[in-house]
Amino acid sequence: MHRFYTEKTRRFVSQMDQADTECLVTIRDLTFRRGERVIFDRINLDFPRGKVTAIMGPSGTGKTTLLQLIGGQLRPDEGKVLVDGRNVHGLGLKALYELRKSIGMLFQNGALLTDLNVFENVAFPIREHTQLSESMIRKLVLMKLHAVGLRGARELTPAKLSGGMARRVALARAIALDPMMILYDEPFTGQDPITKGVLVKLIRELNDSLGMTSIVVSHDVQETATIADRMYVISEGRVIGEGTPETLSRTTSERVRQFLTGAPDGPERFHYEAIDYTRDLLS
Amino acid sequence: MNGIFRFLGETVLQIFEKLGRGSYFLVLMLGGVPEVLKRPGLLIAQVYSVGVLTVALITISGLFVGMVLGLQGYTILSDFGAEQTLGVMVAASLVRELGPVVSALLFAGRAGSALTAEIGLMKATEQLSGMEMMAVDPVKRIVAPRFFAGMLSMPLLAAVFSMIGVLGGHGVGVGMLGVDDGAFWSQMQASLDVREDILNGIIKSVVFGFVVTWIAVFEGYDCLATSEGVSRATTRTVVHSAFAVLALDFLLTALMFGDF
Repeated sequence: MHRFYTEKTRRFVSQMDQADTECLVTIRDLTFRRGERVIFDRINLDFPRGKVTAIMGPSGTGKTTLLQLIGGQLRPDEGKVLVDGRNVHGLGLKALYELRKSIGMLFQNGALLTDLNVFENVAFPIREHTQLSESMIRKLVLMKLHAVGLRGARELTPAKLSGGMARRVALARAIALDPMMILYDEPFTGQDPITKGVLVKLIRELNDSLGMTSIVVSHDVQETATIADRMYVISEGRVIGEGTPETLSRTTSERVRQFLTGAPDGPERFHYEAIDYTRDLLS
Repeated sequence: MNGIFRFLGETVLQIFEKLGRGSYFLVLMLGGVPEVLKRPGLLIAQVYSVGVLTVALITISGLFVGMVLGLQGYTILSDFGAEQTLGVMVAASLVRELGPVVSALLFAGRAGSALTAEIGLMKATEQLSGMEMMAVDPVKRIVAPRFFAGMLSMPLLAAVFSMIGVLGGHGVGVGMLGVDDGAFWSQMQASLDVREDILNGIIKSVVFGFVVTWIAVFEGYDCLATSEGVSRATTRTVVHSAFAVLALDFLLTALMFGDF
């Protein structure tokens, strides 16, 4: 059987095996297009178990799309996404849903169910996937809400929550089934400094205390750098920088430096491509 | 000229593509039957939201439609000295046509648009996506109970509409215009046929309920996840449902009562 393998395939399989044991999520040669536009062009990413890994990059680079690819909500054009050794896009619907029970996701706006109150929102995945008694569900929900500091807000409806509170409730819901991994989609966007601080603390503490793996998609450099063990910077469909926050801060790549320092002009131009200004005015 | 053909071609392709998506969506919804049977509470909650909350609108509309029928019917029938058959005219019009058709149009405007807006907003606020990531199928958990609630509610609402309409016609004809009470009810009882009139009316309302709710939930689920997308989908639900109900009414009437 082994003679049918080429040397390249053997190397690839061996690399994947090694990556599987160390990494919860392994992405290899991932290509994804929206129409003619290439969002990811053969990118490779590794997300180590038990660590917080951040995906950063300018708006519109496909960071949220990457989370949807990891969660199996989108299919790649080429390449593989392995989660805990399983090829996400090779799974049937039942197996995919089974895998998703062990993945929590925090959406950008919380995605709380608006017809349910805070308690019922957190109880939702527990009720859907377990046969636990009401008293056990109550205890579990209160524990999760206590972890995010909102035990006292259990009766409120999502409409009465501030943006930061909604995200904390969504976080409590995301950890309701004690997942092995949480995907955070822009957790800090639009939050005040205190809420950002609370979210930073929660993401790091929950990751460490529950032994989870966290993938944080964000463009808030400062907050993300304080919690990430490893960071990837993505731009124009490619990984343009990777490493720990310290190594990235010493990067020689102008593109990465422009993103991390927020310089208005650089490799990422301030002006959208146009004809010469004077010629345009006089024409 | 090429532009016109291209436009026509693209439009036809889009229509068929949407029909295909809608049909596939229907199959997925029908796959939610076991879930609905397993958790009747979901269905009951939706019957309340879709059906019970529409009763007031149906009742008031039915009353006025019946009163107008009584008034118009009396004016025409009295010219021929046949005002004693007013009950037959009112009841037959309501049970055969106006009950199923008008209540379906009202149902599309009130419950159909609400279903589209609710599901569309859930999509726009990532609630459906969130459910998928929580390993909960939104078609089975959210859409299927609403679809079956609509199907179940529509015939009952049409029955309420017809019943209240008959009472409205009776109030005007007997109460105000002096038609004989006994003649009103006995003529109606003698002339209306259970299979020919009532059963056909029920079949119509079941078909309209199926189509209107299918359009409503599909438009919500298929809409663009923006406020404009939800708004357009809601409008499409009302317009497409009205066309579908009126066209199907002709088709069903031709099949039921036409001599083909």
